[in-house]
Amino acid sequence: MPLLYMAMAEEGYLTEAGMEEVARWCDITPAQVLSVASFYTMYKRERTGAYLISCCTSISCMLLGGDDVLHAVEDESGVPHGETDDEGLISVEHVECIGACGGAPAVQVNYELIEGVTPAKGRELVTWLKKARPEVVNSDEMQQLFGDRRSFDWAIAEDRGAIGPYPAFQPLGTVGEESDS
Amino acid sequence: MSATLLVTRRMTDHPTDSHTVDRYEATGGYAQARRALTLTRDELVEEVKASGLLGRGGAAFSAGLKWSFLAPARPAYLVINADESEPGTFKDRQLLERDPHQMVEGIIITAIANEVHHAFVYIRGEYPKPARRVQQAVDEAYAKGYLGTGVFESGYDLELTVHLGGGAYICGEETALINSLEGLRGEPRLKPPYFPAAKGLYMMPTIVNNVETVSNLPHILSMGAASYAGITDSADTGTFMMSLSGHVNRPGNYELPHGITWRDLIYDIGGGMRNGKELKAWIPGGASAPWFIPEKHLDLEITKEATAAAGSMLGSGAVIVMDEDTCMVRAAERVVRFFSHESCGQCTPCREGTTWLEMILRRIEEGTGRAVDLDLAVDVSDGISIDLAWPPKMTTICPLGPSAVSPILALKDYFRDEVQEHVSRGGCWFPGSPGGPPPAVTGDRVDEGSS
Repeated sequence: MPLLYMAMAEEGYLTEAGMEEVARWCDITPAQVLSVASFYTMYKRERTGAYLISCCTSISCMLLGGDDVLHAVEDESGVPHGETDDEGLISVEHVECIGACGGAPAVQVNYELIEGVTPAKGRELVTWLKKARPEVVNSDEMQQLFGDRRSFDWAIAEDRGAIGPYPAFQPLGTVGEESDS
Repeated sequence: MSATLLVTRRMTDHPTDSHTVDRYEATGGYAQARRALTLTRDELVEEVKASGLLGRGGAAFSAGLKWSFLAPARPAYLVINADESEPGTFKDRQLLERDPHQMVEGIIITAIANEVHHAFVYIRGEYPKPARRVQQAVDEAYAKGYLGTGVFESGYDLELTVHLGGGAYICGEETALINSLEGLRGEPRLKPPYFPAAKGLYMMPTIVNNVETVSNLPHILSMGAASYAGITDSADTGTFMMSLSGHVNRPGNYELPHGITWRDLIYDIGGGMRNGKELKAWIPGGASAPWFIPEKHLDLEITKEATAAAGSMLGSGAVIVMDEDTCMVRAAERVVRFFSHESCGQCTPCREGTTWLEMILRRIEEGTGRAVDLDLAVDVSDGISIDLAWPPKMTTICPLGPSAVSPILALKDYFRDEVQEHVSRGGCWFPGSPGGPPPAVTGDRVDEGSS
């Protein structure tokens, strides 16, 4: 499974060539790799934007307006759920619970979390991503700009963040360091 | 309210650096892991059994007992379940981000008690920040010689690997998690024969424990099993983390002693209902748990037994509170949609049943429901969970399918009139769904087009 993330980091999403390479590494068939990749939601097998916006619409977020945030993001970006814009900049999806119910409604950009998002802030987020095009997507920065109530106090600032539409984690080599902050 | 804090004590007292190894050691950290090396395995297992510590992943099984079932074959493995994905639950995220060393020490203690030399932490893929924190803590522990070859300058070796999941709720089920860790599809294994204690990871004896469970271990060893058990007068010992969300004034994680009431939790600790609204219903233990209503359950004690006697469970400790303006059909649809999406598809009752339930609820909400639809939903539920018994009689490999039935029970027992009014009015009239149909969010499932 770590290899699948690394393959995604190579090309921005999981291509057939990527899966074939993983199959060679693991000495299994490409069909076996596909069977695993297709089981999990985070292995994107279609072209995904540089910024993957995931809006939570599970029960706790729904109770506090998660659906409205999703629609605002869809409307502002012009990208409906499950799709990517022509430029390859933004993908939008709505997802099941991302473990931020105390700060509902919650949104993730490239799996970096923002809590307490309103429809208006969701629109601002889309505009900002289009304009600022941050190389590293940082949770703290976005929380400050577009978030409000959090599940719990984060307290400790972090400079690192995501460099693509896959989780930022050191052992995968997919974590980015912010240079300008 | 008693202010006994254990697993959240450090992050409460030292909010800015509770995650660092320096703060951890300055507040007594790693002393109990060192001490565990001087105790025998039996002494450690007996101590944890005596503490009454229950697993905090949802099943609430005695942690000490679980350890004692571990088969003698070696190598054995320890897997920490940090695949927290039950809707409403976010307690493990806080423990991972704010006090990762506490979990690492708990892992070392568990490993020593069970003669394990390789442990894994399986963190859900949507938690990259907690994963980064844990990896940092693990790196620090290796650098200090608390992990690796000869931990704490003893002859005991322990490797710890942090693993990131791929986005699948079902991997919180222990045998699915093991499959996933082996690089396979996260489908649960049949028990028997694949009890993790005998045939787990790589077919070897394996312990799967939750983050909060092992995070309690340093405290149990330092205060002693008797003091830990004495924190409350209730049958359930120690403290319990609850994730409160929904229409309350103060959502968040709270570490509480067992035995307070739901009224205490919602109206005192949670600060009461938002905007002074009336409480309509709440889910007491994560999306899988049958719902509670104020008329019947508000003054019940929050314990495993009292909750089970009332036909529900504390599960993962997630409490989702809904006010009078909440449409029960819509809330039920959202919970059922979750299980429908997350069903792994192995067992027919779950794969087909959850899809049917989702379709039935959606058409009631959207105004095309029929008068017989609630009974149809109950009938489909009966096919997934025979006789709608609690605890469920299993028709499936794992409990995911029967969990999806919980909201249907609430509609059947408490909100039948509201459902039938949806049918007679031709749709929903609650705020947020003007004119009937709810937003088209659920027009397609999250996985459509990508799997």
